[in-house]
Formats: sequence, structure tokens, C-alpha cells
Amino acid sequence: MTRTARFFRIGLPLTLYGIFLLLPFYWMLVTTFKERQELLVSPNPFLIYHWTLEHVVGLLTQTRYLHWFGNTLLIALGATLLSVSVSYITAYAIIRLRFPGSKPFGTAIFLCYIVPPAILFIPLGEVLVKLGWFDKLWALIPIYATFLVPFCTWLLIGFLKSIPRELEEAGRVDGASNLLVMRKIILPISVPGLITAAIFSFTLSWNEYLYALVYMSSPDNKTVSVGMTSELISGDVFQWGQLMAGALIGVLPAIVVYFFFVEYYVAGMAGSLKD
Amino acid sequence: MAAVRLESVSKRFGKNTVVDDVSMQVPDREFLVFVGPSGCGKTTTLRMIAGLETISDGKIFIGDRVVNDVEPRDRNIAMVFQNYALYPHMNVYENMAFALKLRKMSAAEIDRRVKEAAEILGIAHLLKRRPKEMSGGQRQRAALGRAMVRDPDVFLMDEPLSNLDAKLRVQMRVELAQLHRRVNTTTIYVTHDQVEAMTMGDRIVVMRDGVIQQTAAPKELYDHPANRFVAGFIGSPPMNFLAAELLSEGEKLYARGNGFKTVIPAARAERLGELPTKKVVIGIRPEDVRVTATAGADSDSTVEATVDVVELLGAEQLGFVIVGDQNLTIRTSPDVALPLGSKVSLAFNAAKLHAFDPESEAAFF
Repeated sequence: MTRTARFFRIGLPLTLYGIFLLLPFYWMLVTTFKERQELLVSPNPFLIYHWTLEHVVGLLTQTRYLHWFGNTLLIALGATLLSVSVSYITAYAIIRLRFPGSKPFGTAIFLCYIVPPAILFIPLGEVLVKLGWFDKLWALIPIYATFLVPFCTWLLIGFLKSIPRELEEAGRVDGASNLLVMRKIILPISVPGLITAAIFSFTLSWNEYLYALVYMSSPDNKTVSVGMTSELISGDVFQWGQLMAGALIGVLPAIVVYFFFVEYYVAGMAGSLKD
Repeated sequence: MAAVRLESVSKRFGKNTVVDDVSMQVPDREFLVFVGPSGCGKTTTLRMIAGLETISDGKIFIGDRVVNDVEPRDRNIAMVFQNYALYPHMNVYENMAFALKLRKMSAAEIDRRVKEAAEILGIAHLLKRRPKEMSGGQRQRAALGRAMVRDPDVFLMDEPLSNLDAKLRVQMRVELAQLHRRVNTTTIYVTHDQVEAMTMGDRIVVMRDGVIQQTAAPKELYDHPANRFVAGFIGSPPMNFLAAELLSEGEKLYARGNGFKTVIPAARAERLGELPTKKVVIGIRPEDVRVTATAGADSDSTVEATVDVVELLGAEQLGFVIVGDQNLTIRTSPDVALPLGSKVSLAFNAAKLHAFDPESEAAFF
């Protein structure tokens, strides 16, 4: 391919796609650091003429943003830990123990994931009230697990399938019990898959809106996504500067997670383990 | 050290019988090879001995103990897998030490055993490497080492050389045989490669469709195959089979077919004497056919053939010729002239002739 052809067939589409994806982030960034007047009237809305930190400072001092942030972090980490552990054990059982009905069971788990939260939130709310878990912050952890476990299980099934059965058999012949095989041989090899599942769980919990909005009513129990939309939007008045500042800080954990684990993430998605 | 015995062992997957009523003995210290085409049940049999498959019927003994319901980890066996199955997250040392650690052996003893095995296998300098940092041959040695350090009652090997390239396979074949002489542990080895079976086994078990066809020492198997399947499976190029009719002339019994007529030695003729149909399939190995100078030079065996293809292999040549309407492969010295398309006269070595029942395929001799 010549250089020009290469540009038109690969470079140009990728550039356009990149702009399409990154534009919202750019918009978020410039809005965060622009002066209030400039947000509405500006010769070129893509540029910043007058820098300011007032939105960031305002967000951190006038709202309970840091508290929401802490809440979200706690819930996301808790839900991730719970979901990945449960999913790993489930996926292992489905793939390797081959109990009767394990295949339909695997499919059934995946079907759970297809039911949208918008349908589930009313019956689930009923359950929460009966259990006395309504408006309890930690209750979001098991609630998020209801959609994270099916997804992670399904993802880990794919990953565990790619691990040669002989490794386990070698372990069994070498003198290990099933549990020991799972812990000492399969678990260390599964790290890329587990990290992928964890990244997914973390991002999904971090972004979750509906359940957090419906089940958490006191301001103390709000997450970032709910807190921002309820406190920074009143009627048709949008605190654009603070909203964008909150969103900008809000994406940082996800960026950090992806940044450090992207290689594992790719390996986990490919479901492959080259020895 | 232990003998292994199978008594009427069967394995069924649903309606499929994969291993059918297999009985055999592997004496202590023997190197026994299971050989057969893929799907013949050899690997399943090995896996049943290992305890990785349940047994549908029959009994398996290791030593004096019935092991049907014994977990693999309690059978004191070691297994080498086709894809090596080294633990990818451990280095060679840890791979080899894994089983010993599970047995709560002291660190000093583990270290001694691992280093000794590594020394024997020539991988002492690789102990710190991960499996993915090693070549196929090195991984194979590491897998053998992992089995050796255990000092097991029985070694089980499932096509351990089939992932190696041809040259390395020949070398490892020799090393495995040496290793067996050195550690002297009962070994059961599965392969689909008849050359591996012939060169390594003290005895060979030939299987087909889950049934043992013949169990014998390599030479016996080669010289006296029990049926047409074994005769065709062992040996490369395979034995030639020609349809023939029996014909008595005077005192002598001949097998005659389209384009050939060959005498059957008197000692063996007796076994065919009573045959009602007079139809047999005769078998002759490529090296037991010779090219004669002129037609009819050997009145006891005359074969008229047309040369179709010749393959020169260096030390020998293979001639693919047509006798009547049947194909025949011959193995000769490369000095014998075999012009393509020419007519040649051949003779069979009567002493090496085989005959099979066309119906049952069982060997008469």
C-alpha cells in the first residue's frame, strides 16, 4: 500500500473515529475550566479564553461530591469483589465439574443478564423493602451483583474454556484435590480473565444510575452519578461547569483502571492463553 | 514399582463403546506400548489406568490393589501429556517440585530429587525458566522430569512425542528408551506411530475400535501378525495384500492370482489344506519381494508386474508396481533398475509369505 492509500484506508477513518469518541471528553474538559459567562457566549466554544478553577472548587466545597465519590468507590469495589469471586467459582463449576444440567445452567445465567434493569427495579425494590435493606448504602453491593454475576460468569466461562484440561489432570495426577487444583493451578492462570471481569464490574457499578437513584433516598447514600444529577440540576437550571467538573473527576478511576490493566484486558477478552 | 492388570475393562460413552472388554497384564518394569489409529481407544484405556476416566465395566489393578474407585492422586502414577501440560505460571523447578510439595516432602529432599532428575534429562540450566521460554524438546524434558521426580509406581505417557518435529522425535525416542532402562519403572506408552511402538516397546498392544487385536513383542508382531489389520498397521510401507486362489499341483500348493503364482511352503500348506472356498488373501512385505533377472527364473514364484512409480530414498528405493489389477509395493536396493512403465519379473520370498482369511481377516500364518 502506498502512503496515501494507507492514510485514506486506515489513518483517516481512525482519526475520524477518534474525534467522534473523544469529542465529549474534550467538551467536558473545556467546560470545566471555562468562566461562567464564556460557557454561554464565546467566539469559539472549542477554545478557552479565560481559565478558571471556580467550578472545581465550587463542586468540592459547595456540594458533597467527595462523599458521593467515596460512596461510589466503596460500592463499586465491594460489588466487584463479590461478583468476581462468585462468578469465578460458578464458572469453574459449570465448565469443569460437568454436573448434570451444567450447560443449560450456563445459558440460563446468561439469560439473566439480558433482562433490563428497567423491568427489574420494581420487583427488586419490593424485595429490598421486605428485607429492610431500602436506603442502606451497602445494599447496592448485592444489588449490583444481580447483573454483574451473570455477566462475569459468562465472561469467565469463555476464559476458563481456553485453559487446557490437561493442566488440571496433571494437577490431579500430581496429587492435588479439586479445590487445590482450582486454587494453585487454575486461579493463577486465570488472572487475566479475572482482571477483565473486575474491570467490567467496576466500570458498570461506577456508572450505574437507575438502582442507585431509586433505592437510595437520603443524600448521605448518593453515588456520584445520582448526586450530580439531583444536586446540580434543578429544574431547567444546569450547573454546567460543576457538572462537567464532576464528570471529569468521575471518569478518573475508570481511566486509571484501564490504563494499568489494558494488556490483561485484551488477553482476557481474547480468551486466549498462549503458553 | 508395580505391575498393572486390566480385567475385562470396558468404557462406554452413552451408547458408544470406546473400549471393549480389554484384559491384559503389564509386568513390573515392562515398557508397554499401546498403538492404533486415532479413536481406537488406546488413550481412553490409558486415562482409565490414570483415573482420569471412570470405568464402565471390569477391574484395574495397580500392584495388588483394585484402583477403580481410587482418585488419580492416590494411585502413585505419573503421567506425561501430549501437550506437556506444564503449569505455565511456574518455572521448571516449581513444576517439578509441585507434586513433591503436595506430599509434604522436606525442601532439601525436593531440591535433591529435582536437581538429580534435571541432571539426567540435561535441563539443569533451565530450572529457572518458564515453560513458554523453552523449546518443544525442552518442555518435553521438563514434563518427563516432573514425572520422574515422583518416583511413581507406573509411568503413563500419552503420545508424548507427537508435538515434536521429526528429527527431535527420533532423538527423544532414543532418550526415552535409555531413560526407561535407567529408572526401570513400569511404563505404559500410547502412540499412533508404529515406528515409535516398534522401537520403544518391550511389548506392543495393537488396538482397533476399542478391541485388542494382538499383544506381542515387536519382532513377533512384525513377523507373525495375528490378522490383516495388524499386518497392515505395523511396518512402513505397509504389507502388500493380494487376493488369490489356492491351487494344488502335484505335491505342491500354490497361491495364484491375476499376474502371479507363488508356492506355499509345505509346513504352512497344512494349515490351508482344509479350506473349503480355496480363496485367501496373501500378504507379503515390500522387502520380501525381489526382482529376478528373467521371467520364470524361479519356477516356485512368478510375478509379472509393470512399474508405475519409483521413489528413491537414498539407501533404498520403493517401487510401486501393478500386478494384474492389484497394486504392490517393493523395496529394493537403489541399484536395481526399474524403468517407469517397463515390465519386470518378481519373486516372493516364500518363507515370509502370510495368508489371511478374506472373511474374518484372521491370519492363517
